[in-house]
Amino acid sequence: MPNIELTRSVDKSPTESFYDVMRRQGISRRSFIKYCSLTATALGLGPSFVGKIAYAMENKPRIPVLWLHGLECTCCSESFIRSAHPLAKDVILSMISLDYDDTIMAAAGQQAEAIIDETIEKYDGNFILAVEGNTPLNQDGMSCIIAGKPFHHQIEKVAKHCKAIISWGSCASWGCVQAARPNPTQATPTHKLITDKPIIKVPGCPPIAEVMTGVITYMVTFDKMPTLDRQGRPKMFYSQRIHDKCYRRPHFDAGQFVEEFDDENAKKGYCLYKVGCKGPTTYNACSTIRWNEGTSFPIQAGHGCIGCSEDGFWDKGSFYDRLTEVHGFGIEADADEIGFAVAGATGAVIAVHAAASALKSAKTNQAENTGE
Amino acid sequence: MSVINTPNGYTLDNGGQRVVVDPVTRIEGHMRCEVNLDKNNVIVNAVSTGTMWRGLEVILRGRDPRDAWAFVERICGVCTGCHALASCRAVEDALDIKIPLNAHLIREMMAKTLQVHDHVVHFYHLHALDWVNPVNALKANPKATSGLQNIVSPKHAKSSPGYFKDIQTRIRKFIESGQLGPFKNGYWDNPAYKLSPEADLMAVAHYLEALDLQKEFVKLHTIFGGKNPHPNYLVGGVPCAINMDGDMAAGAPLNMERLNFVKSRIDEMVQFNNNVYVPDVIAIASFYKGQLWGGGIGAKSVMDYGAYPKVNYDKSTDQLPGGVILNDNWDEVFPVDPKDPEQVQEFVTHSWYKYPDETKGLHPWDGITEPNYELGSKTKGTRTDIKELDESAKYSWIKSPRWRGHAVEVGPLSRYVLAIAQGHEYITEQTTKALSGFNALAGTELNMKQALQSTIGRTLARALESEYCAEMMVEDWHALIKNIKSGDSSTANMEKWDPKTWPKNAKGVGTVAAPRGANAHWIVIKDGKIDNYQCIVPTTWNGSPRDPEGNIGAFEASLMGTPVERANEPVEILRTLHSFDPCLACSTHIMSEEGEELINVKVR
Repeated sequence: MPNIELTRSVDKSPTESFYDVMRRQGISRRSFIKYCSLTATALGLGPSFVGKIAYAMENKPRIPVLWLHGLECTCCSESFIRSAHPLAKDVILSMISLDYDDTIMAAAGQQAEAIIDETIEKYDGNFILAVEGNTPLNQDGMSCIIAGKPFHHQIEKVAKHCKAIISWGSCASWGCVQAARPNPTQATPTHKLITDKPIIKVPGCPPIAEVMTGVITYMVTFDKMPTLDRQGRPKMFYSQRIHDKCYRRPHFDAGQFVEEFDDENAKKGYCLYKVGCKGPTTYNACSTIRWNEGTSFPIQAGHGCIGCSEDGFWDKGSFYDRLTEVHGFGIEADADEIGFAVAGATGAVIAVHAAASALKSAKTNQAENTGE
Repeated sequence: MSVINTPNGYTLDNGGQRVVVDPVTRIEGHMRCEVNLDKNNVIVNAVSTGTMWRGLEVILRGRDPRDAWAFVERICGVCTGCHALASCRAVEDALDIKIPLNAHLIREMMAKTLQVHDHVVHFYHLHALDWVNPVNALKANPKATSGLQNIVSPKHAKSSPGYFKDIQTRIRKFIESGQLGPFKNGYWDNPAYKLSPEADLMAVAHYLEALDLQKEFVKLHTIFGGKNPHPNYLVGGVPCAINMDGDMAAGAPLNMERLNFVKSRIDEMVQFNNNVYVPDVIAIASFYKGQLWGGGIGAKSVMDYGAYPKVNYDKSTDQLPGGVILNDNWDEVFPVDPKDPEQVQEFVTHSWYKYPDETKGLHPWDGITEPNYELGSKTKGTRTDIKELDESAKYSWIKSPRWRGHAVEVGPLSRYVLAIAQGHEYITEQTTKALSGFNALAGTELNMKQALQSTIGRTLARALESEYCAEMMVEDWHALIKNIKSGDSSTANMEKWDPKTWPKNAKGVGTVAAPRGANAHWIVIKDGKIDNYQCIVPTTWNGSPRDPEGNIGAFEASLMGTPVERANEPVEILRTLHSFDPCLACSTHIMSEEGEELINVKVR
């Protein structure tokens, strides 16, 4: 994946503003001022605003973001607005220009769709496409209709002109719930539809709020794509398993497990591996960054990880089945080396480890009980 | 061009100017709306279309019923948790599992937190821009805004002129940048916006305050369910074990510190509702006092299953009582039973699905769904480029649920009408007080029915429900502490966790008062696996297309008779549709006995 500078492109000056773009397209200063004046009028503002709008447009703009929604549940947008550092309002007001996002935008219908054309015209090749949800191909694509047409028309059009794509959440990254067997709408993740643009996958159902804003602020601050692993996820947030940094990990190593929900071991915060925790095979930042401003994460609240940031996690057996396809438990291996779940032998390894730990623990207890 | 009289009392005229709004924005999911305007720009025909389908219930077939909550939770990330809860209840009902009191109280607090969160985010971040003009806020005098704040809600601390000046400066800088982000292409010079600049500035300030605070409210879910959106649930109870002062309590899901944390969040919710949300809605509504349209069948034909029992499993103790009211007769409340095959039925005459006999409705336990995307002969445009729909044929991905054949509205307004009609003391008093506050500000003398049967009434009821839910949560929290104090720390009933303990065949229903209205899930379990799963969610009721008899649903009815300032700017349409808080991902996902056949649908 080449590192792409986001706010400039090879053939344009590094500080090209909206005004520069217009000039390059042969638009006169007079027309430009007229445009600013029209903008001010459209907003119901007085002539004193014209100069201010012109000034801003002559300077480096905030990078425009078009946030499209396919088949999804909007949990990614909801997660995004939970961000505590930075606050969602600061991202929206000061870092990016969120020009299209049908969940929060004021405009609707034709005025909403016009924004897409305007953005393509003004910022061709210089805006980010953020995708929430995925694209259905069955039913002629009409199981997701935008402005009377299949969603794939909209996403393909926008993708063609964008600089880079962020695939928010497991829907856009992998397919998620509507793509679970038998995938009745043939819901298709972004990278299988768009193959000629850099794509950053930020999986999770949803991704952690601060991971989402972390990816954006990294891009805006360092003016480049984050380093991605082989599956296209930012290494900064997805290079270790939940299990690697889980606060209950010492209980796993000591062979202390919750056997059943709400048993004595559950009250002590023992390891949830035996009640189905997918932490050992899930790459995400839940056990380090945690959720909702670091308040907690699923394991701390007593439920095993369901592996929601992993490809196809809906179709890997019950959430309460004990993992049998687990890689070893060193924290040194990263996502690239593991790739997809490794079958068979490693499953046996973890089972043996669990059994050995349990045995060890039983022996210790026995020793205590008999006063040895 | 034709004129139709519907059985539920509407005259639909599809002549005149046809206006199309697609996409309808600031909702969950995807929706389209078409209306016809007469020569006075009054809406005389409305066509509401769900424009997405995900097929979740198809996907559930053959899976472990204990996993279902996680799948259906992903129906919606906005009303996150309400489908997970309905699912757990459906499975528990089927398998006759009774959950411990602590688990009940924790689930109640999670459900009510969702109500508060969802209602607040809906009003400020999805609905407010229909009433509030942020650009107009630049003209406000910050000192006068401070004065207004002190009249509207003297208890709210953030009220100094300097505070409003800072907010105004920030908005000014944002707008002067020429990059308007979410405000771009709004309808800011449309005379449909009525607030004074000061009221606009106050509302914008609260838009930002609410955005900061909503992330605090949901931390209650993070404590009990590990994350939000999409906290974790558990069939049989809740996953968060309690350990108050035993070994290793500090690492337990719930201990004294965690419960204190929860209490702080509840107190924040109570305060925000009392000091900001409810006063704001009353104040903003007073600027729109003349607008008594948008009611439709709202507050006239309404339904809810009932929710928030004081004593779990005893419906007679529901703190939001259920029932059905028809044709504006508040004196008669019919009981509702989701298990009765004659009561709740779904029709597909105008939906993109196929039934063997489409004149008949089906109860969810016998539901069939086979997608059938086809357009009527009078459609303008093509199959994949629709200009105007033909509402005499199939025109939506939403089915049409009906109660004994009647179109009913669901939601906070419906629950409030049901409560008032059944003599609910708290709600009657709360609503009366809010109404007199409104009348005082607006200089009107509206009675309860006049005020509630409108777009504004729907929005007001939602704010009041948020306030009530926060206050019920305080009681739930104290009840939880009291029960733990009595020596009960149990949070899950695991007796029937093992599928070997289940009957070969079982059927269940789970109901929840979702933020947008009555939500129910029906499950059929066979040999330990899901054999059939059906949800009828609030937006399916409200956003439903016409039924075989021609009755129009709540969205369509509510738009009838609404005057529109500018035909090409859909402010009034958005305002009324948003007053329902539509959730389209919720409304469109069905499963059938023939579910497997869907696998064979054309694969590219």
